[in-house]
Amino acid sequence: MWELIRANKRNSIILMVLMAGVLLLLGYIIGSIFDPAGGFFGLAIAPQHQLQSPQMIKTNHAGLWGIAFAATLWFILMLISFSSGDQILLATSRAKPVTHDNYPQLFNIVEEMKIAAALPAMPKVYVIPDPAPNAFATGRNPKSASVAVTAGLLGRLNRDELQGVIAHEISHILHRDILYVTLAGIMLGSIVLLSQVFLRSMFYSSMMGSRRRYSGGRGGSQAQFAMLVIAIIAAIIAPIMAYLLYFALSRRREYLADAGAARLTRYPEGLAGALEKIANDKSPQLATVTKVTAPMYIINPFKKKKQMKLSDLTSTHPPISERIKILRNMTHGASIKDYSDSFTSVTNTKTPVPPAALTKEAVALREASAEARKKERVEKQMRQVGDIMRRINEFVFLTCLCGIKLKVPPNYKGNKVRCPRCKRIHDLPKK
Amino acid sequence: MVPLIIVVVVLVVLIIFVVGIYNALVRLRNQVDNAWSQIDVQLKRRHDLIPNLVETAKGYMKHERGTFEAITEARSKAMGARNVSEASKAEGALGEALSKFMLVVENYPDLKANQNFLSVQEELTSTENKISFARQSYNDQVLFFNNKIQMFPSNIVANSFNFDKRDFFELEAPAEREVPKVSFT
Repeated sequence: MWELIRANKRNSIILMVLMAGVLLLLGYIIGSIFDPAGGFFGLAIAPQHQLQSPQMIKTNHAGLWGIAFAATLWFILMLISFSSGDQILLATSRAKPVTHDNYPQLFNIVEEMKIAAALPAMPKVYVIPDPAPNAFATGRNPKSASVAVTAGLLGRLNRDELQGVIAHEISHILHRDILYVTLAGIMLGSIVLLSQVFLRSMFYSSMMGSRRRYSGGRGGSQAQFAMLVIAIIAAIIAPIMAYLLYFALSRRREYLADAGAARLTRYPEGLAGALEKIANDKSPQLATVTKVTAPMYIINPFKKKKQMKLSDLTSTHPPISERIKILRNMTHGASIKDYSDSFTSVTNTKTPVPPAALTKEAVALREASAEARKKERVEKQMRQVGDIMRRINEFVFLTCLCGIKLKVPPNYKGNKVRCPRCKRIHDLPKK
Repeated sequence: MVPLIIVVVVLVVLIIFVVGIYNALVRLRNQVDNAWSQIDVQLKRRHDLIPNLVETAKGYMKHERGTFEAITEARSKAMGARNVSEASKAEGALGEALSKFMLVVENYPDLKANQNFLSVQEELTSTENKISFARQSYNDQVLFFNNKIQMFPSNIVANSFNFDKRDFFELEAPAEREVPKVSFT
């Protein structure tokens, strides 16, 4: 677990440096545009005879100004979100602070997870009066963190499932994800803002006419034009790159928080059940959410009509069915390594867990709490009775690879059937 | 002159290294102690909750005197425990008695509808969970600390400054391995 936190920090720093590079480069290129001497590529593109002039040999001041501007922008956004970032998020989601007196179970569960994760202080607990089931955590460090859940979530989940959700959020706090998501979000915000400002100013200045046409001769204006094209391309591509990096980070962190939740509760089924309930929920999407705050939530608060493969690159969360499958596939133990093994066997891709965190440790799974066990027993009996009835009525039974049992009625037309959970297509046996 | 400088540099680096390891060990030891105090707090809380629970349930469960006595006795034993091994035995027995009680409660629908009892039950469930999570986190910390003490190079520092290995805390449930007695009377 400690190795995971450390590896997380290292990866985040790499990402931050990459993003900072993109931001500063963008600032440099955009700044260079405003340099009458031809700027960034001036030395390379300008004709030979101009190279001799003292004007060209001097450093690219406008490019440096661009960098300074980008850095200032980043610094201001940083200052705002660091002084009151979590407060802004909590306020915009209309979260109300609660205590042990009005929400004893929620408060107890948060405290249980705080103990399990050995956090230095009790996180503040908030409830959002919204029927859509969702939850998020915020706060820069484990000492001053907050956990918020919606009223819809409290109404739908049992104790074990709520515990799974809270454990997921506490894992985000423990892994310092909020800090890095915030930092990366600010970086992303600065890049988007900078390129927007630039593209708009380009648009308007071209509308106003050729105000900035320089008397530097033919060579100079050619370089100018090339520079302009490069800057515009950069301003379009940089935000896209930054978005993709941001989303990649946020998806990876979701998997790691799931792994952490399984390890803290020793009961992956709790979180799996909760995710299933949240995914199948029919209530309207959360009222107070934006694209930037979306990665903070336990599942993507935006409802999609169809889950397409293409959207995988730009989504902030991994597909929920996959997260459930991975959690349900953890049958040997609840350690981070067990999660990683389950991940590779379910998705056939590289594990999101940093190699340093894959230490062997024996973490036994826990049984369901008495309340959930009893309910499960009753449901199982009901299902068995139902199955007997269906067998009498000549239903066809198929077992899907994802573990679900398909029951096909005898009057079903066609010879293929699709699994409702994993969407695999099965052939029906001939009668 | 040059060899002297090399010796001094090596010495300084070595001292910084040792200080670093020593501080890390102290921090880990404090974490272990803190995790232990977390367990302690929750065990005390469980002891405090029991009289409340018994008081609420007594009116409804007139024929379960044996169950109440078992809980009260286990509680007083657990409160009198003087060291870790005694405590783990007594607390294990208390946990066992409580879970038996919770099973018996299933037969009393009136009691299960009582708001007061429900809130005590939630507190007790949560406290049980907190004990097991605190134990889990304590054992994690102990494992990490013990590994650090035994592994090179920190074992040299640990040995010379008397950092001792810590014991894991396991709640022993004495009845777990016994065959349940069934009687038809």
